[in-house]
This record gives sequence, structure tokens and C-alpha cells, in this order.
Amino acid sequence: MRVEPWREGNGVKDSKPSGPYLSIRDLTKMFGSFTALRDISLDINEGEFVCFLGPSGCGKTTLLRAIAGLDIQTSGTVVQGGEDISALPPSERDFGIVFQSYALFPNLTVNRNVAYGLENAGESRDKINGRVSDLLKLVGLPDQGPKYPAQLSGGQQQRVALARALATSPGLLLLDEPLSALDAQVRVHLRHEIKALQDRLGVTTIMVTHDQEEALSMADRIVVMNHGVIEQVGTPTEIYTEPETLFVADFIGEMNHLGGRIGGDGNVKTGKLSLACAANALTQDQAIVATIRPEDIVLRNGKSAGKDKNELEMTVEELEFLGSYWRVGLSSPLLEEDTLSANVSITLARTLKLEEGGKVSAELPKAHIRAFAATGG
Amino acid sequence: MTDAAQALTSGPRMRVKPKVSRDDWLMRLFMGVIAIYLAVTLVFPLYAMLSKSFSTYRIDLGAYGIQIDKGEGWSKETTLGTLNAESNAIRASELAASSDTRLSPLALFPDFSFRSPTKYRLKNLTPGGVFLFGSERVAGTDWHEYSSNDFRRISLRPVKDIGAANYTRYFSTPSLFYSIYNSLFIAAISTFITVLIAFGFAYALSRSCMRFKGIFRLIAMVPILVPSLLPGIALVYLFGNQGVLKGLLFGHTIYGPIGIVIGSVFFTLPHAFIIIQTALSISDARLYEAAVSLRASRWKTFWTVTIPGARYGLISAAFVVFNLVITDFGLPKVIGGQFNVLAVDIYKQVIGQQNFEMGAVVSVVLLVPALLAFTVDRIVQRRQVALLTARSVAYQPTPNPRFDVLCLVYCILVAIFILGLLGMCQYAALIKFWPYNLSLSLNNYNFDVMDGGGWASYWNSIKLALWTAGIGTCIIFTGAYMVEKMNGFTAGRGLFQLFAMMPMAIPGMVLGLAYIFFFNEPSNPFNFLYGTLAILVVCTITHFYTVGHLTALTALKQMDPEFEAVSASLKQPVWRLFSRITVPVCLPAILDISIYVFVNAMTTVSAVVFLYSPDTTLASVAVLNMDDAGDIAPAAAMGMMIFYTNATARIIHLVLSRGVMRRTQAWRAR
Repeated sequence: MRVEPWREGNGVKDSKPSGPYLSIRDLTKMFGSFTALRDISLDINEGEFVCFLGPSGCGKTTLLRAIAGLDIQTSGTVVQGGEDISALPPSERDFGIVFQSYALFPNLTVNRNVAYGLENAGESRDKINGRVSDLLKLVGLPDQGPKYPAQLSGGQQQRVALARALATSPGLLLLDEPLSALDAQVRVHLRHEIKALQDRLGVTTIMVTHDQEEALSMADRIVVMNHGVIEQVGTPTEIYTEPETLFVADFIGEMNHLGGRIGGDGNVKTGKLSLACAANALTQDQAIVATIRPEDIVLRNGKSAGKDKNELEMTVEELEFLGSYWRVGLSSPLLEEDTLSANVSITLARTLKLEEGGKVSAELPKAHIRAFAATGG
Repeated sequence: MTDAAQALTSGPRMRVKPKVSRDDWLMRLFMGVIAIYLAVTLVFPLYAMLSKSFSTYRIDLGAYGIQIDKGEGWSKETTLGTLNAESNAIRASELAASSDTRLSPLALFPDFSFRSPTKYRLKNLTPGGVFLFGSERVAGTDWHEYSSNDFRRISLRPVKDIGAANYTRYFSTPSLFYSIYNSLFIAAISTFITVLIAFGFAYALSRSCMRFKGIFRLIAMVPILVPSLLPGIALVYLFGNQGVLKGLLFGHTIYGPIGIVIGSVFFTLPHAFIIIQTALSISDARLYEAAVSLRASRWKTFWTVTIPGARYGLISAAFVVFNLVITDFGLPKVIGGQFNVLAVDIYKQVIGQQNFEMGAVVSVVLLVPALLAFTVDRIVQRRQVALLTARSVAYQPTPNPRFDVLCLVYCILVAIFILGLLGMCQYAALIKFWPYNLSLSLNNYNFDVMDGGGWASYWNSIKLALWTAGIGTCIIFTGAYMVEKMNGFTAGRGLFQLFAMMPMAIPGMVLGLAYIFFFNEPSNPFNFLYGTLAILVVCTITHFYTVGHLTALTALKQMDPEFEAVSASLKQPVWRLFSRITVPVCLPAILDISIYVFVNAMTTVSAVVFLYSPDTTLASVAVLNMDDAGDIAPAAAMGMMIFYTNATARIIHLVLSRGVMRRTQAWRAR
């Protein structure tokens, strides 16, 4: 279904300005003496779906509110569609917003909620009604118009909020943890719907979330934030497979840690082992943390050929059944105190005949070991 | 290079100065207007009063030069001060004056006769000095010549000085400063008794399975609907010199502390009851289950669970009651007899002795305990809120026949106390001539033949209450909305919040007197308000501002804080959000504010007693004045009229609330 933009000049621009749609430069936000955001610079392209991801208190919502003009930054600029909007109040910016709380007006029906932004613009009642029913169809609630928000489920309310935000065809859609208040099943369902809707409308969208699964499945690009700075910007696969910082590596997915140093040959020295690893910019003797994801560890019965294949014999300490796979806890005298977790599919576990206390050969593929400078302790 | 590109490259450390939107300007404007309103109706008058309390007036005889011609040419120039030093004809106490004092200099001239040919020359020695010839002001330092006949029309005006002399005089006059002790004593005793009774009542209603709880809750609210002096009138009929139950006092008189305490308990009971009931209703059932499983006795559970859980409520109730009693004027005026308290002292100084400066001093003295009680109450309330947010399970009492009957008996006794006083009033109002002719008649309702303004004052009160409720609710709610939902402008909002909280700490008597000082000043541009119904409306709104403000804030805080953001993102002006969403959703709270203001406007005496004019007499003041004039039965009748009016208003409010709920709040029903 195609929904026409509400007004000329709104929504998807005909004459695309060169460069990114939204540009943030050196944005800093202070709350008193506390720095909530420090020197944030970020470009977002037209039609992109970007997620701000990070633990609570990392500044992702603050950044969203600065973009919306709800809490204007202390310093730095925001340029949207070629226009410097850094100091403008929300009412003079071009965005639609959906909050975790939905913020639906309780005393207005669904129809009136969606129509709220369309009234007052000199359009006829018929045209507004038509637009409202189009939007409700778009979000999959064609028959719910006459109800009050309190009569709808959480997921339905969030769709109404979405329809209301899209009603004026904003150039930018801001979603502040829109799915956090919903239960797990509804959340997964709505995740797909929002993504599909965004694809169809092509509206540039920024979503704030602390749920990495949500970010990985929905975003074109993810902005990982921590302590008021951007840790990494990249596509979901880049973020997952090539984390640039230890924080990103840890925050997304699961990670094994091996403490050690960089040896003269560029290998990682950990415990009594020397492991070949992917290229890095670390210097010799620097204290590091080497990481590998549990699913990247390859388990076999018996040793394979070649000594430099990062392979070692390990003891199965623990077996944990997690439904679609087994989590295997591994230890080895060569690793001293450190232990490893490996994910093993049900079928492989059957072939390997894993049991607690048994021996198994573990390969840590060079391509998947990433080394990061150890911070502090 | 485009503007945007330039913006990107120019100084990254430039502080962003947010552009203030039209909505923000509008909100600031509204808040500013209401803040100015509060400043004019509260802060400036209080300042005027404070400065008045430090103003002293003294007639300075040394500031006038005098020459006398007894037919032998002009005598040597001297001053009135020198003459007085010689003769001591005018005592120092006569020179210490109030602003309105006028003094004739004739006492300085023992041989004065208006028929004598003696001539007098008088001049001001200071450039700013003034004396009066008749009502004409004579200024300047030139000689003015008067015949004896004219000279007797000369009078001297006091000069103003700033200093603590009024306070010195206050604290060196035992009859004045004993009132501090009296007021504290009365307030303390009344607080103790009221909190005890209210706690028992609230405890019975929340912890027992007795019957008729709804009716008892209703009865406990009744005293709010009557002026505080009404129980005083009832006590006069019950225990006064011709009282029916006089014997129960064993020779003690009701006119004095006993009467004030009993009456205070009556009119403060609902306030204490509401607070304590809230405190008891939030206590956690799980604690009681724990106590039972630990085999604690009922007694021990009471002291270790019930009391600690309700302690903030008890403290808060105590300070609220204390504040109400110490600032109340109507009751001690009616039943206090010779027992002086601070609030009545203000009235006596101002109305009785026209000593405005001393009235101001007593007001400042009364402010101290009131401010103290207010501050403690605010701190305690904040703690109580923290308790409320805890996740607790509501306590459900289990039937216990003996305990339930005990509770019922107790509640009946309290109900008899409340309804008895009220019923006595109504009965007395219908009696032809107490206590000699006990037949019933409506003669006492013939207010037009009594002092106090007649039926006109009743209609004035209705007008006042309606205006106050209408305008006041608009101002209070709009102000609360602006201060709660505005962006930025933190300092301004903080100041506004302070202004909005102040009225609660200001006793009505103090406010009323402050209004005299501020609005009666001829140079004040708002002087035209003086003596009109408008000033009564303004004063009453300000007097009861705080509770309405807090009610509005509570309702507004329950609204999603993102409504404003959503509305702005949809390019809708803030007034549209306000009128279409905020007001409809908050309508129950708005109605609550209006009924609160209405009822209080009907019953208040303290602030308006200084401000009414012959055209704007009020029912509550009429009760006071009729009682003062000895027309006690008509006073009771008028008091009951106020009660019936308020009861009717409450019923209308209830019906209206239900109707509004059904019509505009359909969304509340799932």
C-alpha cells in the first residue's frame, strides 16, 4: 500500500541535497557539571534506519532529545536537510516522535489522536478523515478508530502512536525505546512491522534501544554508545563480527576473555599459550585482552594436523543445555585461570559425545581472535 | 559554502543558545502575569506590613519655631520643644504616636484664650516639616502668623521613623506578649486532643469491620463546611451563662481556654482526620502478616507496626492543626472572653485601637510559629510521599465483634460531638427567645433588622464564593500548568513555586492587615480596589492559593510528561494541547479546586474582616458582628445558612463531577 505524503515539501525530499540528511558535529551536552554527551559527531543518510544502542545512562536518549530539540545541546551543531537546526525549538523542526510510554492522549479516540497533528492546517474534515483511515490501515488497525487508547492493548497503542507520528509526513522519525514496554512476543512481531513500514515509506528513522537483538535485526546501521561517547558506528554485521573496542565486543553478543600480552611475533601470549590472531595495531608487550565468541570455537574429537592452528586439548567442565544448542565450559592447564565457553549445536554435541570431565580438542580460529588493549585492571 | 556547511565548520565550542519558541514565550508570559499577580496580592502587601511594623511615629516638638506677640512686639524665637522642656505640659507618652495622631500645641500655652489679642507665629524648622492649619497642610520654613482664634486650629503631625521601637513596646507590655504564651498553650492542647481523637476515628474506620463507615466519613467532613466561629456559638448555648449543660463545667467558664479548645477540636478535626486516614490507609498488610506470624500481641503490633507506619501522618496532622488553631481568629473572638490570643490581638489593635503599627507587630509575631509549623509540615509531607511510592499490599481488616463494637461506639461518640454542636446551633437559631420562650420561629432569620448587613451580606458571600471559585480556579490551574510543564527558565519557575507555597504559611489575619497597608495607600495604583468586592475576591484567592496549587500539581504530574513534546512535534500550539487534553483530563482535579475555594470563601472570616466595606459585608463576618452585638441567635442562624449553602455546593459538585466524568471521561471506563 502506498501512502502519499501529507503536504508538499514534507517527507521524502524531491531535490536531494548533497551529503547526509542529518549531520551532527561536536555535540556536547552538560547537565550541570556532568557531561552526558561528549563531542558526538555523526552523519545519517536519507532513508536510513539507525539505532542508538547502549546501556542505560550512556546518553543515547539524550542524543535523541537533542536531535528533537527537546533538550538542546550545550554546544555543537545539528544540520537536518541542509538547514542548521541546532538552536530551534521542537515545534520548528521536522520530525515525528514515538515514546516508550506511547504518550497517547487518553481523552481522545484513536481517530482524534491520529488527526491531532493534521487539524489546524486548513484542510477539510474529509481529507483529514481519509488520511487518518489510510494511516490506521498502514499500521494494521483499520477498525480501531472510534476506540479510546485505554481500550487497546500495548502493542496496538504503540501502533497508534506510530500512525500519529507519521501523520504529518515528517522527514525524520524518532523512536525512543518504542518496544520496551511491550511483552516479548508482541515486541518481536512489532519489530518486523516497524522495519517493513520504514522500508516502504523510506523515512529516515532513528531508534533508541538498549536491546541489542532489536538493534541488530532492525537497523541499517548501529551507533554503539557508552559514557556519552560513540564507541562504534557500523552495520549490524560489522558491529558483531568486527567490534572496534572491548566495550562493543562485550556489549553485543557473548565473548570469551583471555588476558595476556602481545609477543614479539605479534601473537597473543596467554597463559602458556601463544595464539595467532588477526592483524592489530597493538605494540609488543602491551597488556591486552584477547576475545573470541563462543560460537567461533571449533570443537573436535582428537587433534587435527598442524601446531600453529591455535588448537589445544581441553577438559569439559560444564555442560549447559540451552534449547537449540549446548553451552560447553572448557578449561586447560595451558590457559591457567582463564576458561572458555563454546556453543555447540545439538547435532555436533551428539557426534562428539560430550560429557562432563571428558577431553575435547578446541580450535580458536585466527580470524576470530581479536585483541584489545587492556584497560585499567 | 551553504549556511549549514558554515555552521559545521565554525567554532565547535560555541555554546548553543536555544531559540525560544512562540509557545515558550506564551507560557512565560502567562506565568509572568500570574507571578506578578501573586507578587501584588501577597509579596508586596507583606512587605508593606513588615515595614509598617518597623515604622514609629513621634511628634517632634523641637521641629517647630514659635514667636508670641502679647501686644509688646514679638518675643524671642524659641521652639515648642524648649517650651515643653520648661513646662512639661505634654508627656512623652503623648508624643509617641501612631500615623493618625494629631496634637494641638495649646497645652504649651497655659494662658491661652481664643478671645485674647495675642498673636502667634509658627514655622517649620526643617525643610520637609509640615503642620496643619485646620485640614490645610502648611509646609516651608517661613513664619506664619495666626490670631489666637486661628491658633487653636493648629495641629501637629507625627514624623515617621524606622526602628524596632514598636517591638520594644510590644515585649514590654505584658498584656500583649502574654498572648504569645496563651496562643501557644491553646494550640498545643488543641493539637494534642484533636490528633488523638482523629487518630482514633481514622483507626476505627480503617482497622475495624464496623458498620456505617461511609456515614461516619461524611460526618467527619461536616466541620469544614462551617465557619470556625460556629462551634463557639454552639458552645455558648450549651455551656454559656444560660447554657443547658452549664453544670457539666463545675463552675468553670466556657468563655476562655476551655471554649477555644473544644471549638478548635471541632473545626480542625476533619483536617487531621484526612491526613491520618491517608497515612493509615497506605500501611502495608505484609507487615501485619509478619507480626501475626511472629506471634506479636495486638498491643505490640499497634506500637511496632501501626504507629511507626503512620508517624509522618501524625506529625503532619499535628502541625497542620497547630497552624490552624494558632492562626484562627473567629473562634477565640466569639468564645475567648478575656483570654487574649495573637489573632484576636491583631483585630483589637487594628479595629479597636486603630493602632496599625502594633497590629503589624503582632502579625509578625504570629507569622513566626505559623512559618515554623508550615516548614516542618512541608518537610514531613515529602517523606510521606516517599512512603507512598513503596510497593505495599492494602490492609484488609478481619471481623472481630468486640473490637468492632468498641470502634462503633467510639465513632458514634465523635459523631454526637460534631452533630451535637451543629444541631445545637440550628436549634438555637429557631428558638424565639432563649432561654425564656422556647417556641420555634423563623424570626432569627430576619437578618435585615440586625447588625451585620442583613441578607445582602449572605448574597455578597455567594457572589464572593462564586467569583473566587471561578477566577481562582482558572488562575491556580493555569499557574500550576505553566510552572510544571514549561521548558527551561528554572530560576523563574523556582520563584513562582515559592510564591505559590507562601499563602499557606500566612495567617489570614496577617494577610488582611497587609492588604490594608498596601491597598489603602493612596499612591498605590491598585488603590481603586479598596472597599470593593474585587479586593475580597483577590484576597480570598491568594489566601487559599496553595492547596489548590498543590492539587493541580498532583493532577498534572500524573499526566505523561511527553504530551508537550508530541504536541510540539506535530506543530500544534501549546494552548491547543492545554484546552483539548490537559484541562479535560484534569477536570476532576479542577472541580476539586473550585469546591475547595468556594467552601473556604463562604466560611473565611480572618482575612476579609479587615477588608469588607458597608456595601460588601459578608455572611461569615455578619455572624461575627451579630454575635458581637449580642444577637447570638441570628448569628447562629446565619452560620447555619453558610452550612446549608456549602452542603448544597458539595452536592452540586458531586453531581457535576459524576456528570462530567460520564461525559468527557468516557476513556476512563474500559
